[in-house]
Amino acid sequence: MTAIAGPPQSIAARLTGSTVGRRRTIVDRVMRGLALAAAIICVIPLGAVLAFVIGNGISALNIDLLTKPPKALGLGGGALNAILGSLQMVPLAALLAVPIGVLGAVYVAEFGNRRSARIIRFSADVLVGVPSIIIGIFVFTFLVLPFKQFNAFAGSVALAVIMVPVIMRTTEESLHIVPNSLREASLALGVPVWRTVFSVVIRTGLSGILTGTMLAFARAMGETAPLLFTALGSRLINVGNFAKPMDALPVFIYVNARQPNELLNQQAWGAAFLLLAIVLIINVAVRARSWGRQIG
Amino acid sequence: MSAVPTPTPPLGPRGLLGGSGSRLPDLVFRGGTGVFAWVVVAILGLLLILLVLNSRQVFGQFGLSFVTGTDWDPVAGMYGALPFIIGTVASSLIAILLAAPIGILTAVFLAELASRRVAVPLTFAIELLAAIPSVVYGLWGVFVLGPVLKATVEAWLVGTLGWLPIFAGPPFGIGLFAAGVILTLMILPTVISISRDVISSVPNHQREAMLALGATRWEMITRAVLPFARSGIVGALILGLGRALGETMAVTMVIGNSQKIPQSIFDPSQTIASQIATTFNEAGVGLQTSALIALGLILLVITMTLNVIARLLVWRVAGPVTEAA
Repeated sequence: MTAIAGPPQSIAARLTGSTVGRRRTIVDRVMRGLALAAAIICVIPLGAVLAFVIGNGISALNIDLLTKPPKALGLGGGALNAILGSLQMVPLAALLAVPIGVLGAVYVAEFGNRRSARIIRFSADVLVGVPSIIIGIFVFTFLVLPFKQFNAFAGSVALAVIMVPVIMRTTEESLHIVPNSLREASLALGVPVWRTVFSVVIRTGLSGILTGTMLAFARAMGETAPLLFTALGSRLINVGNFAKPMDALPVFIYVNARQPNELLNQQAWGAAFLLLAIVLIINVAVRARSWGRQIG
Repeated sequence: MSAVPTPTPPLGPRGLLGGSGSRLPDLVFRGGTGVFAWVVVAILGLLLILLVLNSRQVFGQFGLSFVTGTDWDPVAGMYGALPFIIGTVASSLIAILLAAPIGILTAVFLAELASRRVAVPLTFAIELLAAIPSVVYGLWGVFVLGPVLKATVEAWLVGTLGWLPIFAGPPFGIGLFAAGVILTLMILPTVISISRDVISSVPNHQREAMLALGATRWEMITRAVLPFARSGIVGALILGLGRALGETMAVTMVIGNSQKIPQSIFDPSQTIASQIATTFNEAGVGLQTSALIALGLILLVITMTLNVIARLLVWRVAGPVTEAA
């Protein structure tokens, strides 16, 4: 943010009070008002989405939603299948993505030569911009098509593909901030490079790495499109069988929202409340720290 | 979502650690991290190869008429992607036309006008807007936004501009326009955060010179700041456009899923992404799946091209950006 001590009113207008000056002042005021209005318009949807998800979600929230799988079409039950599915597929995705993302970033930040670093960074940036549904198709072609079986493992891999570039880029940035003197000190003590990386460089940049990982985790938690053709979704509880279809909260919301059935729509709102709570709590917790630092 | 200019690496590639350590564990470690890093490149390469291989059948059979054909009829074995290409472009155009003025004005407000006490929480709120999952936007879009739009904006537009074919009614509340509005909300955070960073990176002497000439705050913004930041802001808009083109779930839920070419902006339609999302699982292995993967390939090529262009534009002003998280 750049703080400029600009005059609140144009000097020309103040000195002369001429009509030209006044018009310029009016334009200035109006446009600044419009800018404020635009900013307010941006915040309204956040409030509206939150209000409706909380309002509709809480009334749909009950013990069945949290403890039971869905019953036969439209007869109630809960979202336990989806909750358990998300809690299995997303952590497995993180398990796959974190080593690739973090160690890959170590290579780019510490070891790679300029050219290879640029190629890898560029690929990660391009991958971040690939629509998530295309990630779904991509994983489908090599983890579902050959086996003719939708499976939760493919779902985790698809989510991992989405997480890797995010973790990699945020990790790289936090490694760049680690001062060189720490590396020099460690090397001067005769510590091997690999231990220097783990005990000094990664340790120092850890909070940034965790931030990136948690945000990637939250994002994977909310992804639907990459799961549609991989994990598919399921009305049954699936614990631990990654070779079979598995449900996830976003898939549950999507499927139930599209049914012409009041009760199922209600369940979608309930699940949306759960999902949004998880995602926003992670986001707020992670961002609140830097936010506090900026404002304080 | 934030676009932080990457600080210049204090040691840089092939730096301190890159040059030292010749013992075996270090060599293994260095090689190992290299393998992980190149995985990202491999994923991207594999993605392109697999999409091309799996869509070969359709492009071989239909050639260019796959892109220009207007009929998508799996039963008759006819595959033309034009309705979805039009739906994708139209919904994203609506989104970018709405998001550009709102987003740029908000970015100006955050970077130039708001005090820190206002700007920081506002930025935080906008980041949260980006964190809301697409499917939640979709749910809200179907049950809340759609009906509201139908009763207000769409009814008004049909009433006043309805004589123009593209604004012809009846308004459904579910269709291209609703999809465009939902997309607007979803790309605003991208547009705002990158534009704001670009505007903030405009050097202060530009502002000081303009103010010293007696310009008002707004004149300073439009004549000194925005021209300087222009290519970066265009980059931000293109990045937003790329995101809109590929966005799937929210659009799928509010666009109405009609495979006809829309005549009015209120018609139900289908984007490339929503067509894939709604029909991929019904498609038996064979020509239809291949056709849907070919659709995906078209979408991928468009979004990748836009992304690369956008990044180059933003780089020119603000240095490398990360659009992570």
